Amino acid sequence: MSVEAREARQPWILLSPALTAVALLLFVPLLFIVVYSFWLSSATGADVVAFSMQNWREALTDAFYRDILLNTLKIAAITTVVCAAMGYPAAYFIARSKGNKPLLLLLLILPFWISYIIRTMSWINILGTSGALNSLLVGIGLLSEPVQMLYNETTVILGLVHFLLPFMVLNVFVSLEGIDRTLEDAATSLGATRWQAFTQVTLPLSLPGLAAGSLLCFVLGAGTYITPMILGGPRDAMFANLVYEAIITQLNWPLGSALSLMLLVVLGALVAIYNRYLGMSQLMKGLG
Amino acid sequence: MGWAALRLYTLAVYGFMFLPVAVVVLLSFNASQFGSFPMTGFSARWFVELAQNDAILRAFRTSLILGALTALISTTLGVLAALALVRYRVPGETYISTLLIAPILVPEVVLAVALLLFLNFLEVNKSFTLLLLGHVIFTLPFVILVVQARLVAIRRDVEEAAMSLGASPVQTFFQITLPLMLPAVLAGALFAFTISFDDITGTLFWKPGGVETVPTQIFSMLRNSISPEINALGTVMIVMTVGLPLLGLALARALATRSGG
Repeated sequence: MSVEAREARQPWILLSPALTAVALLLFVPLLFIVVYSFWLSSATGADVVAFSMQNWREALTDAFYRDILLNTLKIAAITTVVCAAMGYPAAYFIARSKGNKPLLLLLLILPFWISYIIRTMSWINILGTSGALNSLLVGIGLLSEPVQMLYNETTVILGLVHFLLPFMVLNVFVSLEGIDRTLEDAATSLGATRWQAFTQVTLPLSLPGLAAGSLLCFVLGAGTYITPMILGGPRDAMFANLVYEAIITQLNWPLGSALSLMLLVVLGALVAIYNRYLGMSQLMKGLG
Repeated sequence: MGWAALRLYTLAVYGFMFLPVAVVVLLSFNASQFGSFPMTGFSARWFVELAQNDAILRAFRTSLILGALTALISTTLGVLAALALVRYRVPGETYISTLLIAPILVPEVVLAVALLLFLNFLEVNKSFTLLLLGHVIFTLPFVILVVQARLVAIRRDVEEAAMSLGASPVQTFFQITLPLMLPAVLAGALFAFTISFDDITGTLFWKPGGVETVPTQIFSMLRNSISPEINALGTVMIVMTVGLPLLGLALARALATRSGG
């Protein structure tokens, strides 16, 4: 074999274990559940190999599933907007801060390492009937007795914001750091106010980061089932909870496959649109 | 004026981020037998109870073994792939990168379902193997991204110098490239471990009955009510998942300065 041919083969040898893993553990399984979604669930024993539209008919026409899908998208959208409103100014402050930047950065990355389940359940300590807020309000006499503030849609959104905010801050921060600061100075020296310089120079230039952060918040938010199980009431199920119910509780795997694929198509479409207009590189920058 | 307001706002955002976690740590030292306010005194009894709770200790062992094996496999696959992407001109590189990070672009619950059903079809039932494969595929993209980002910073000419001085490619790899890469490899492994240790979304689908990891153990304990023991367990988790990476970060920095990187 020539040296060139060996050179050309080397990267593929290095890539093949990872590519094989992704193919066998992600893409083939995804294709498999496409097939599985046409099978028929059997109450006793193994599911029946078939080509039936029954699961898809149920998943696509039942108003119950549609309403929960729409509600899930609504919750994810609100979460994303709140994350942007909280995260953008904070990221801007850190990026422009003259203070202890390494420390601020560390604080920014730290929440990623604090367990998701701990962060989610920590709100029970704050908002539960014997939590910090109730104790405080009863203590100062604003409430005569504790009220239940947990287990509703608002607390689900609160939990999601708490979980996803670091993704927003980090992505916006990365894109703000990439902007040449002299641009803002140039704008002000040409007569723009600092606010104008921000809205007309910095903000537009940081939009890719904001978009990347928003995409992550939305997709991760819309795909969760743990947060509603811990912080939501019985009526706050999100779409992923339906998947969990079908697969784990009811053991209706064909229906669960169809529901999973619905979620994948809806969220995948968002990722595809994002990729079409902004490309994946911004997203990878924020993650890496 | 605007800046001061912004500082205050940022402070509030940080408060929102860290206050609930701080309350977990505070309550884990509460002497009261209820996992809630008011604090009735300062006590470490819940940590003692934790250390004597068999279910929790088992969950810890499972999580540690799972995390370590995940880190080992995922880092090996990830470092090789990252090397190929950074060091070679590969045709269709953007497509390959996108393929490799696909496991985190697909919602985790969908990945969980697909893997569970497919491996069940192959007669690999809910088991430690399924759990491990799931964690590997889910952490792989993170490892690739982290390692890739750091590999770019290693200058090629050091390797070329070694080769021009007569080192073989294999010698060059083990004596030059690998030591220079070590911080990146460690960072990737640590990342994989932490993500695996913390995962619950996929784990609940993949774990066999009776086997619990720390997060699923917490999850099932939460079904009753919040006990001081959960807060203590939370504190241990926080110390582990925050302390370990900080340690790793310090270690990586020390190694990097020593090797002059």
